[in-house]
Formats: sequence, C-alpha cells, structure tokens
Amino acid sequence: MDNNKNWIDQRFPLTKVWNEHLAEYYTPRNFNFWYFFGSLAILVLVIQILTGIFLTMHFKPEAALAFASVEYIMRDVDWGWLIRYIHSTGASAFFVVIYLHMYRGLLYGSYKAPRELIWILGMVLYIALMAEAFMGYVLPWGQMSYWGAKVIINLFGSFPIVGEIILEFILGDYAVGDPVLNRFFSLHVIALPLILVILVFLHIVALHTVGSNNPDGVEIKKNKDANGIPKDGIPFHPYYSVKDIMGVVVFLMIFTSIVFFAPALGGYFLEAPNFVEANPLKTPDHIAPLWYLTPFYSVLRAIPPMFGSQLPGVLAMFAALLILIALPWLDRSKVKSIRYRSWPYKVALSIFVITFIVLGWLGMQAVTPLYSLMAQIFTALYFAFFILMPWFTSIGETKPVPERTTEH
Amino acid sequence: MKTFLTTFSTIAAILISFNVNAAGAGVHLESANTDITDEASLQRGAKSFMNNCSGCHSIELMRYNRIAKDLNIDDADMAKNLMFNAEKTGSTIFSSMPEKGAKEWFGTTPPDLSLTARARGTDWIYTYLKGFYADDTRPYGVNNHVLVNASMPDALWQSKQDKTVQEFNREVRDITNFLDYVAEPVKLIRYEIGAKVLGFLFILFILSYLLKKEYWKDVKYGKWRAKD
Amino acid sequence: MSEQEIDLKKRRFLTGATSVVGAVGVGFVLVPFLSSWMPSARAKAAGAPVDVDVTKLEEGQLVRVLWRKKPIWIFKRDKAVLANLPTLDAELVDPNNTADQQPAYAKNSHRSINPEIAVIVGICTHLGCSPTYRPEVGAVDLGGDAWKGGFYCPCHGSKFDLAGRVYAGVPAPTNLVIPPYHFVTDSLIRIGIDPKAS
Repeated sequence: MDNNKNWIDQRFPLTKVWNEHLAEYYTPRNFNFWYFFGSLAILVLVIQILTGIFLTMHFKPEAALAFASVEYIMRDVDWGWLIRYIHSTGASAFFVVIYLHMYRGLLYGSYKAPRELIWILGMVLYIALMAEAFMGYVLPWGQMSYWGAKVIINLFGSFPIVGEIILEFILGDYAVGDPVLNRFFSLHVIALPLILVILVFLHIVALHTVGSNNPDGVEIKKNKDANGIPKDGIPFHPYYSVKDIMGVVVFLMIFTSIVFFAPALGGYFLEAPNFVEANPLKTPDHIAPLWYLTPFYSVLRAIPPMFGSQLPGVLAMFAALLILIALPWLDRSKVKSIRYRSWPYKVALSIFVITFIVLGWLGMQAVTPLYSLMAQIFTALYFAFFILMPWFTSIGETKPVPERTTEH
Repeated sequence: MKTFLTTFSTIAAILISFNVNAAGAGVHLESANTDITDEASLQRGAKSFMNNCSGCHSIELMRYNRIAKDLNIDDADMAKNLMFNAEKTGSTIFSSMPEKGAKEWFGTTPPDLSLTARARGTDWIYTYLKGFYADDTRPYGVNNHVLVNASMPDALWQSKQDKTVQEFNREVRDITNFLDYVAEPVKLIRYEIGAKVLGFLFILFILSYLLKKEYWKDVKYGKWRAKD
Repeated sequence: MSEQEIDLKKRRFLTGATSVVGAVGVGFVLVPFLSSWMPSARAKAAGAPVDVDVTKLEEGQLVRVLWRKKPIWIFKRDKAVLANLPTLDAELVDPNNTADQQPAYAKNSHRSINPEIAVIVGICTHLGCSPTYRPEVGAVDLGGDAWKGGFYCPCHGSKFDLAGRVYAGVPAPTNLVIPPYHFVTDSLIRIGIDPKAS
C-alpha cells in the first residue's frame, strides 16, 4: 500500500493535494447551518451532469422530435422518468442552494477582503448557471420553452442599430426554431457545463488560498499555535467531511421528496403549459420564466419603454445582475459578520431579502396596474440597497469583533 | 427601429394576453376528485375512453400493452375489447379518424389527449366533459361552458340520457381519472418508490448523524486529533 | 470539560456502517441509470413477433423478413434436400446440435418444426455478416460436387448447409441460430414466440 502511494507521489502530488485540501486544510470550527450549501452546490452539479449525460442519450435536439423525445424518456425508457425528474428538480434545487449560499455571503460578509475574487468567481458562476438553466428549459420544446426563449432572445433585439443583426445571429433564422434548439442544446450539454466545472474549480482554489470565512468574521489564520496550525481551525477531513455527509443526506431527503411526490411542485418546477408542444401560432395565456429568473424578469417589466424602446428595461435587468459583482467595494463596513454589524445594515439586508422575494413573486404574476407599481417600487429598493450601501455600512455603531471565534 | 417595434409589440402582446386571460379565466371548475389508485375506476375509464373518445382523439404517447400491464387488463382482453385502431399490443394509440376527414368534419384536428391532464388539470377535463349544453347556433347543436364554442360534439350525450346523474358523473370521473393516468403513467408507482427511498435515506441519516456526533466530540471537548 | 478517551471501536464501526449503507445506496442509484440502456418500450414494440404466411412459398424459395432488426430466412426444402442432410454429418462441426443455438423443438436433423420449412436467423456466427443463399448443388466456386447447397458467407468464407449447420474448417464456430417461432396455422408462422405446448 505504502509502496503504491510512494510510486504515485513521485509522479503526482496525491498525498500533497489530499493534505492541503482535506486532511490538513484548516477550517474554522464554528461553521453553522449556512455553511452546508457550498458542498451541496457541488453535489447538485454532479447530479445534473450525471443525469444530463443519460438524458442526452435519449433526447433528440430537433424541433420536430424534441417534445416527443422527452415524453419517450418519461414513458418508454426504463426509469427514464426518474432520471428526467431528478434533472428537472435538480435545476431548481441548484438555484435554491445557490441563493442560500449567496445569502450566507451577505450575512457574514464573505465577499469582503481578502475574498473579493471568490465572490466575483461565484457571481460569474451564478450568471453562467442562469444561462445554463435557461437553455436547458428551452430543450423540452413545450409552449413555455418556446415562448420563454422567444421573449428572452427578443431582449437582445432591443439594442440600437445592432439589435436586429444580433437577433438573427442568435436565432440563425428569423424566428425561434430548429437552429436555436440545436445551438442551445450544444451550449447546454457541452460548453456551459465545461465552463461551470472550470469556474467551480477556480472558486475553490481561490477559497483554499485565503481560507474560509466564518460566522464571526474572524480571520483564523491570525491566531496560530506553535506548529503553525490555526487555533480555531479544525481539519476539513474528517470533521467537515462527516458533517457535510450528514448535510448531503438531509438534502437528499428533501430532494427525493420532491422528485417522487411532487416533481412539478405545483407548477414551480415544471410549468403546466410546457406539457403542450411548442406552437408558433399560439402564445399561452400566461407566460412566466421559472421562479429562479423571475426577480430579474420583474425588473425588466418594471421599467417602461422609453423613446419607443424596451432597451432601458433590458439594461436595468442586466444592471441588477451585474451590480452584485461590485458588492465587495460597495460595503464599507469595518466588520464582516452580521453579528457585529451596525443596525442600519441589518435593516437594509432584511429589506433586500424581502425585496428579492417580492420581485420574484411579482415576476410570476400577470401584470396589473397595482403589480406594475409594486414592481417599480421594489426595483427601486433593489438598486437602493447597492447604491446606498457605502453610506449605510459606514454609519451606526458596530460591536467589537472578538479575537477568536465564539464557541458553539 | 423596426426591431424595437417588433420587440416591443411582442412583449406588449404578451402583457395584454395576461389581462385577457385574467378577464376570461372566470369559469368555475368543479373538483374532479379522481383517485389514481382506484384501479377499477381506471379500467372503466379506459373502456369508456376507447369507446367514446378514441374514435377522434389519439393518445399517441401511450401504448396498449402499457395500459394492459399497468391497469391489470389481460393482453388478450385488451386486444379484443379495447383495441379498435391497432393490431399489435405494443403500438401507440392513434385515433381511427383520418386527419383529412377531421378537418372537414370539425374544422380542426381533434387534439391528442396524452398530456391534457397535465396541461389543463383534471378539474378542467371533468368540468369540460360535463359542461355541454344545447345551442342551436353551433354546428352540432351544443356549446360548452368551459371551452366556449368548442368544435367537439357532446360525445357522451347517449350516456347522459341513459344514465342517472350519479352514474354519469361516475363515468366522467372515470374517464378523467384514466386521462390523469395517461398523462403520467409513473404516477402509479412513484409514490411507493419514493416512500422506500425516504426510508433508506432515513437510516443513512441516523448513521451519518451518529458518525458526525462521534467525530465532533473531539471538537466539542477542545481537542481534535488527526487521523491515526 | 475534561478530555475524553476516543472510542476508536465505535468510530470504526460507525464509519464502516455508514460506508456500507452509503455503498448500497450508490448501488440502488446505479439501477435506473443502467436500466435506461436496456431496450425501451419502443424498441420492444418494434421487436414484436412477426407473422409470415408461407402458403405461397415454393420449394427452394427463400424469403427474408426482419425480426428485431435481424434478417430471418424462411425457405422451403424438398425431399432431396432433406435426404441429403444426414449424409453431410461427417463434414460438419456440430451435426447433432449439441451447442445451444436452437430452441428444443428445433433440435433435430432438419433443425425445424416442420421438416420442409426452415426458419433461421441469417447472421453468420463468425462476425455477424449475412451469408448468401446458394442452393444450387455442385456450385463450382464452392467445391463442385461436394457442395450440396447451403449458405456461403462472403465476408470470411464460412459455409453452412441447408439446415444452417456449419462446415468444418471455416471461421464460423457454431451453427446458425434458430429463432423462437411457432405455427399459428398450418401456413402462418409467428416468429418471436415459442409454441405453447412445448
């Protein structure tokens, strides 16, 4: 056994990697519930790739065949239904996990120096994931796939001068059809997953370079013992590996409950109109993107057309997404964790969470004058959180941050 | 400029369609109250569907032998009593109507019903099938409360006349139940499998919890120890 | 809290138990993924039994049908051919059908239910080519007088007699496969299903 290990170690840094990233990677001892979601995100990524590989074996990326091939998977392929439901539930689960993971970052200031790059890589991951999910949703070629694709792609047509050519470039045609389905399939199955995997790798490399933040926002590397081991650190393996395994099992219990008992989750995970094949002649009565995209969809709808152009809404939507990247520099607070922050930040964060949820809900509703007004108010609140952040993070009294992590 | 207008009008059209929908969606739907575990109801529904509906409507995502297997109908019985439009039990279920004729008779091709229960819901099907009323202005002398100006004749009118209200409701419920099954055949088995999976995960949870607790004693008592 | 002894035994047990149960779980997960590669309901439906009417089949005539995407030969042998079959035994690898290449009801000298009507999967047992039908006795390119009619595989030269039995000294190792089939009526063959009685 040891001989084999030596043989490999002389040719590949196996033991070194194992030690640096698991057995001797020192992690703050005070992680709480919010710290499960990073490893869960990796789990969901693996689930999606695995089920995706098998779905690809049966799916036909052609407008005339795609819809029927999904139902072929649901009915004729042995256990195909389970693989498909895991994949469709996994898409939503991915966003649940990612949103909670991002919220953790907001709670404990995980994006603040020296972790800005982790946050930026995470944001690029998030945007890539949205593209991945959107393109995946087009593939079953149901009514929602078709009309959703149409609306989102049309957004790119709103750019002045170049809009039309961009539109034809994306479509490869003059309307949503076979070329779009084919290129989305390729991007969804090969290009974006590859990018996601590489970004996840970089995200983790960056994390392991600076080390994890924690609920106290204390830098554990500042307090080391004689051996150079952080006093508040514990080896990731076995302590956090056993803890994460437990987290994985709990997650799987919730996940499989949805897969087996409510795979459509009342229309939130699989929308009813998407069980009708795409029909270019008939728009469904009500179309809305899946829940994880609706906050941004609300921002889009909240901005009225100006100068006969939809462009301001489109720009606002992209701005809402991209402004998140600036977070490390907008936050002027001296402390990281919500535990020691001043009250204005706590209030602002609470309002922001409510804003995000309300925008998400509004994005699923049919437009009424009241809802439009609400969308505008909450869009303003959404941007206010970021624009006012330099101000409200620098006022109010922060609590003193302890030297060491608090015991829990 | 043209693109702006197209984009804008697409989005506007969609937004408007929300409002139209909001205004038109006022039909009250009766609860279908179907039970997919009621095998007898599914069997009756299959029979009723094949006799009353399959003349015009296909369920082409479904195979005869799958229905036979799932609903415990003997293959031979299936072939003799329920298969009107195919020879092999493995075939999918097409309607007996030629497409060209359909256009001439109804002005439209009767839709395939494989996924109607998932797209519209069982309550819609149930209320729709019960929702026909006499209307001389329509080609078949009937109109429908749920789908106004439906091009379909009241296929169940004979049943409605011959049967008591209760019996008729039961027949409609059986057909609805059958269509619910057709829309997602695995619904019959996924609950049971799900319960087993959860049971298994629960055992794994207890073990992983105990494992975590055991290892974290090190952390709790202020001393962790590297692996031996 | 004072230092506690680490219960290594308990640790090992829990690690082992969790690993074993987890491995069982992975095993369960494999089932749906691997099963999805098996023939689907559509493939099974396409591979359903095939009926062949042999009323008009003449002596010496061979028809080919597809069953499960494989060529099936149905041909009629006359008395002379049937009389010839036993005389070839010495030149064959497995004249008495010891290898499991046919259902029990075709394990006889003529390898069929009805002696005259042969039903054979037309795929060479060497590497899967479909041999050509060469019924003419004494074909010069196939050995002249010694050739009593049979099948010749163009890919690697394997030879079979008119019961699908392989000649010695050719690449193909075993006799041709006889598919399951039965007579629905005297003149209607159903390929893919064994006879009920047997």
